Amino acid sequence: MTTAPFSSAVSPSPAPTDPGTNALDGTRRRSRLASWAPWAAAGGSLVVSFLVVLVLGTPTVASVVALAAVVYAVSVTVVSRVVEGPRWAADRFATTMVTFAFGIALIPLVSLLWTVLQKGSTLFSLTFLNTNMLGVFGDMTEGGVYHAIVGTVLITAAAAVISVPLGILTAVYLVEYGRGPLAKGITFLVDVMTGIPSIVAGLFAFALFTQVFGPAFRAGIMGAAALSLLMTPVVIRSVEEMLRLVPNELREASYALGVPKWLTIVKVVLRTAIAGIVTGVMLAVARVIGETAPLLLTVGIVTQVNWDLFDGRMTTLPVFAYNQYSQGGVGVDRAWAAALTLILIVMLLNVVARLVSRFFSPKASR
Amino acid sequence: MAVLSPAPTKKSPDEEPAAKRNRGGLAGRLFQFLSTAAGVTILVTLAAVAAFLVIRAWPALTASPEELQKISWFNADSILGYTGPLIFGTLLASVLALGIAVPLALGIALFISHYAPRRLAQGLGYVIDLLAAIPSVVYGLWGALWLAPVLDPVFRWMTDFLGFIPLFEGYQPPAKNILTASVVLAVMILPIITAVAREVFLQTPRLHEEAALALGATRWEMVRMAVLPFGRSGLISASMLGLGRALGETMAVLMILSPGFLYSFHLLKPGQHQSIAANIASKFPEASGLSVNALIATGLALFVITLAVNMLARWIISRRSEFSGAN
Repeated sequence: MTTAPFSSAVSPSPAPTDPGTNALDGTRRRSRLASWAPWAAAGGSLVVSFLVVLVLGTPTVASVVALAAVVYAVSVTVVSRVVEGPRWAADRFATTMVTFAFGIALIPLVSLLWTVLQKGSTLFSLTFLNTNMLGVFGDMTEGGVYHAIVGTVLITAAAAVISVPLGILTAVYLVEYGRGPLAKGITFLVDVMTGIPSIVAGLFAFALFTQVFGPAFRAGIMGAAALSLLMTPVVIRSVEEMLRLVPNELREASYALGVPKWLTIVKVVLRTAIAGIVTGVMLAVARVIGETAPLLLTVGIVTQVNWDLFDGRMTTLPVFAYNQYSQGGVGVDRAWAAALTLILIVMLLNVVARLVSRFFSPKASR
Repeated sequence: MAVLSPAPTKKSPDEEPAAKRNRGGLAGRLFQFLSTAAGVTILVTLAAVAAFLVIRAWPALTASPEELQKISWFNADSILGYTGPLIFGTLLASVLALGIAVPLALGIALFISHYAPRRLAQGLGYVIDLLAAIPSVVYGLWGALWLAPVLDPVFRWMTDFLGFIPLFEGYQPPAKNILTASVVLAVMILPIITAVAREVFLQTPRLHEEAALALGATRWEMVRMAVLPFGRSGLISASMLGLGRALGETMAVLMILSPGFLYSFHLLKPGQHQSIAANIASKFPEASGLSVNALIATGLALFVITLAVNMLARWIISRRSEFSGAN
């Protein structure tokens, strides 16, 4: 496996070496590995570990790649130490480790998306999207998430109706008006608020509404209150960032024309930042739409559509997924399908948000 | 406050007189009042969260042991005795998750900021941010139904060969133990730690990096001499933000861990630990009367812990000048 630098089977490909340092040490350093050597070593270690695994047992993709990673890290470091010296060996080892760290992070992402897609598609269909769970029991594979989609959309929309004006106004205060300890305190507490656990937000909404309306009160608006507690700081943060990107010259030009400050903010500053604000709001919605715990505590679950936000339990997609998972059996398939629905909604929101920011933001911003 | 004493701003001296002259009019004052009120609402909300939790937890905090014993699942003498193992389980799971996530996040952040080709870097950042967009209930499903079977042979090997270490002894097959939950938590907190660390590493003064390279340092030596010392406090606070997230995460733990109420360091045994958040979520839907108060009391403990961790993290970040924050 240490024959890598001499193998001629691999075509030389441009490797990401550091261009700044090569020229400097050419005079002093004994020699450097060729730029294709790491790629050759990667190919070599894949072959070697495939053979080793083949001898020991049946090769799977995971086992071969894992072994090859170890073989590659060891061989590159050792060869580099022999040819280039310990300092460059350490450098190559670090590069390898850093790249592996990124590769490892991709494992959960890819496997998760793949599993959800694969298992979710067994029950996922148009009928699944537009039926509810009324009269579904036992091993029946009928039933769907229509009521859960309605609940999720209603509750998230209500949360957005609370959070968006509050968030935008607070951001305006922080950027345009806020001076002194009050603004500093609010900035700090907004940051702290982003760290409130979702379950605590649920407990708060529960405590607030049952204190006022009696212990048996359950309604979608409780969930919306909990979600808006989680959503507001995210909205504030992103809107604030967008407002700070608006060039000061625009404000000054507006003042010079005699426009009052508040009109400048509404007509110039917010108008300029609108694309970024829309993006920020959509990302915030995408973040809270998948929240489960607060809705589990406050909104609960029912089998059919409830359009009234202010009375009675509602079903939401995440709670539905959890509920079906804990029932087992066919429920697990239904949970995967609900998870697929949820991920599709979240991804759609993310993609649209990025597109909005790409196509509608003014040229001055980054 | 701001109306009475307009402090001179640093960035543009001309802005202030103009603003003062233009402030007038009822609409202007109304708008300023509204935005200030929105800011104050944030303060009031946070205070209200604390206040309502305390009000609703109070009956449980002051209840006698006999009253508490009437709750079917209550297995201790006092609310403190009940919350203790839960706090232990929460901390253990979060610290394990942090132990897994921080080295990985450090590597990923370095990869994106200093190793990956410039053109790819932003796209790779988005890929990692995608992990943050996935709902927690989906992580729970994935952890319980995909990850647990995958980790099973690994845990089997660990208990066979490393079983002499008490930490790893006594693995029992479905991998519904705290280590599995921690792995999922680690994946969930990876994006926030990476995002903050990446942000800090990118702020390393360009001259420091170039000076290191000009002295003949390899890229790794440059990272060690210029980037890491500069980013250390950022990395610490990033980890604490991740810790805050892990402490409060509910669904992954609820769906994966088989619960227990012990002070136990057996990472591979099921039925040893439970976290505060997962315990609330599992018991709350059926709770009524005093048991609700008891659960809210445990939630209050969680609130206080996460608040402390987050405040510390934000304080460390805010000591650095001009750092914009996590989101």
